[in-house]
Amino acid sequence: MAENILEIRGLKKYFPTKAGLLHAVDDVSFDIAHGETLGLVGESGCGKSTIGRLTLRLLEPTDGQVFFEGTNIMQLDRKSMRQMRRKMQIVFQDPYASLDSRKSVFESIGEPLRVQRIYSSKADYEKRVYELMDMAGLAHRFANAYPHELDGGRRQRVGIARALALNPSFMVLDEPVSALDVSIQAQVLNLMEQLQKDLGLTYLFISHDLGVVKYISTNIAVMYLGVMVEKAPSKALFERPLHPYTQALLSAVPIPSIDVHQERIVLEGDVPSPIDPKPGCRFAGRCRYCRQRCREETPEMREIEPGRFVACHFVEEAAKA
Amino acid sequence: MKQEQHTPYKKRSQMQEIARRFVRNKQAVVGLIMLMILILAAILAPVIAPYDPLKQDLLHRLKAPSAEHIMGTDELGRDIFSRILYGARISMTVGLIAVSISCVTGCVLGAIAGYYGGMLDNVIMRASDILMAIPSILLNISIVAALGSGLQNVMIAIGISSIPGYCRIMRASILSLRDQEFVEASRAAGAGSFYIIYHHILPNCLAPLIVQATLRIGSAILSCASMSFIGLGIVPPTPEWGAMLSSGREFLRDAPHLTTFPGLAIMFAVFAMNLMGDGLRDALDPKLKN
Repeated sequence: MAENILEIRGLKKYFPTKAGLLHAVDDVSFDIAHGETLGLVGESGCGKSTIGRLTLRLLEPTDGQVFFEGTNIMQLDRKSMRQMRRKMQIVFQDPYASLDSRKSVFESIGEPLRVQRIYSSKADYEKRVYELMDMAGLAHRFANAYPHELDGGRRQRVGIARALALNPSFMVLDEPVSALDVSIQAQVLNLMEQLQKDLGLTYLFISHDLGVVKYISTNIAVMYLGVMVEKAPSKALFERPLHPYTQALLSAVPIPSIDVHQERIVLEGDVPSPIDPKPGCRFAGRCRYCRQRCREETPEMREIEPGRFVACHFVEEAAKA
Repeated sequence: MKQEQHTPYKKRSQMQEIARRFVRNKQAVVGLIMLMILILAAILAPVIAPYDPLKQDLLHRLKAPSAEHIMGTDELGRDIFSRILYGARISMTVGLIAVSISCVTGCVLGAIAGYYGGMLDNVIMRASDILMAIPSILLNISIVAALGSGLQNVMIAIGISSIPGYCRIMRASILSLRDQEFVEASRAAGAGSFYIIYHHILPNCLAPLIVQATLRIGSAILSCASMSFIGLGIVPPTPEWGAMLSSGREFLRDAPHLTTFPGLAIMFAVFAMNLMGDGLRDALDPKLKN
């Protein structure tokens, strides 16, 4: 595969709270290759969306670098960042909150074009907006409609059309189908796959729905409490999860067959607080393989097999299980 | 992908769209007509008024409404109808200008406080708390005492004392809008703060502002009246609704028409503003299209 479009190094985001520093994202590094889809999974509050926003610099990180096509976007000044934004866009989870209820579909889709002053002629601008509506599978008759007149799927198509407006090469999809009905989820996912093929897009697909992630991703990264615990090609991860957390996570996916009986790994306890976490493995308190070392030393991401990274001291032991 | 015939985007301009929704709303139109009547009355006062509003006629003082004086005469024999017509000029001006002063200043301050937050927010909001803590009549008196009496200074005083209300409304709306995903989407597209405030935040917080502004016009007229009553506002012979109301108070028992008519005039003006304000608020919201 071609070189990496996105390289993230040591990304950290701490939010100050009254109780202490909330480690939303703690020292996360990963790469995304051109044309791939990296699925980012994890439970609520594990920092998935924060990573999505940090990669687009919608949030300023506490520390770390994001290289987009070799440029560290954290060092760009306002003007160059504005240029850079043309290449990287985002589709949000909630299509109700992500569209301004006072702007028509046409205005919403055209906004990035107006902000970046892409077209000087009105005719070109209108043509492009219609082209985008076609690409997102929105009938032209919706141009004058307002978001509240559309259903969830169509709104999400508006969000997708808007993200495509500037012809980006990379898109963060922040739980783009979580708010939609299952039947519409499939439509929107197919649309996004089609767009990826047609336009050569690279996706960072954030989701908590493992089925959806499995369907769309080339590689999958699993997060737990602000850290990345495992990153692997999609197929390999589902066939043989290595990190104890991933194993527990996958064992919780229901299998729609009454004959197959699956042993579920039930995690004890609750997710610990992300505020001022103790050193050591974040998963230690709930892990079946936890030893003394896990509580003292934070495990690094190690390449176990080509393309497979796991952050666990005893991954070999866990893998045998 | 479905290819439709390329229908040109028939975008009605925002203003046309709003006007269309406004006209459909009967209450709003009634409010607008009432307001037009008031404005016409104010402009055409010299033509319509049957008498000189300042001319005293002590022989015919405190006359009840009759064919000659349709709203009767006051304690100095002046024609109340004529005084109300002329009073519309002053009361409407005071209402509109005082509200404009407070609305513009309050919104700008509130927007800065809400959008930028931090230290600036603290300073602005604490200053507005201080303004709120002082009773507005006292505040008005001290401002007018400092600036000198007169219509202009009364308007400024009333304007200043109602700044905090707008400031708070604006700040609260911005706080709730600032982290919305559509604002984030706009930033992801490369929009700057000014673009976002103007295109996304302001239009979305207009509703409470319009309601507040139209309600405050009435209370501004009343504040002006109380200032006149103390002798810091309008100088006595000049007809002004509030001043008429307060000077008629002494005769409430024997000649209630002295207070009834200016009171009705104020009510009419406030009612017109409220109807129109509500209509405007609805017209600005595409969600309430039909």
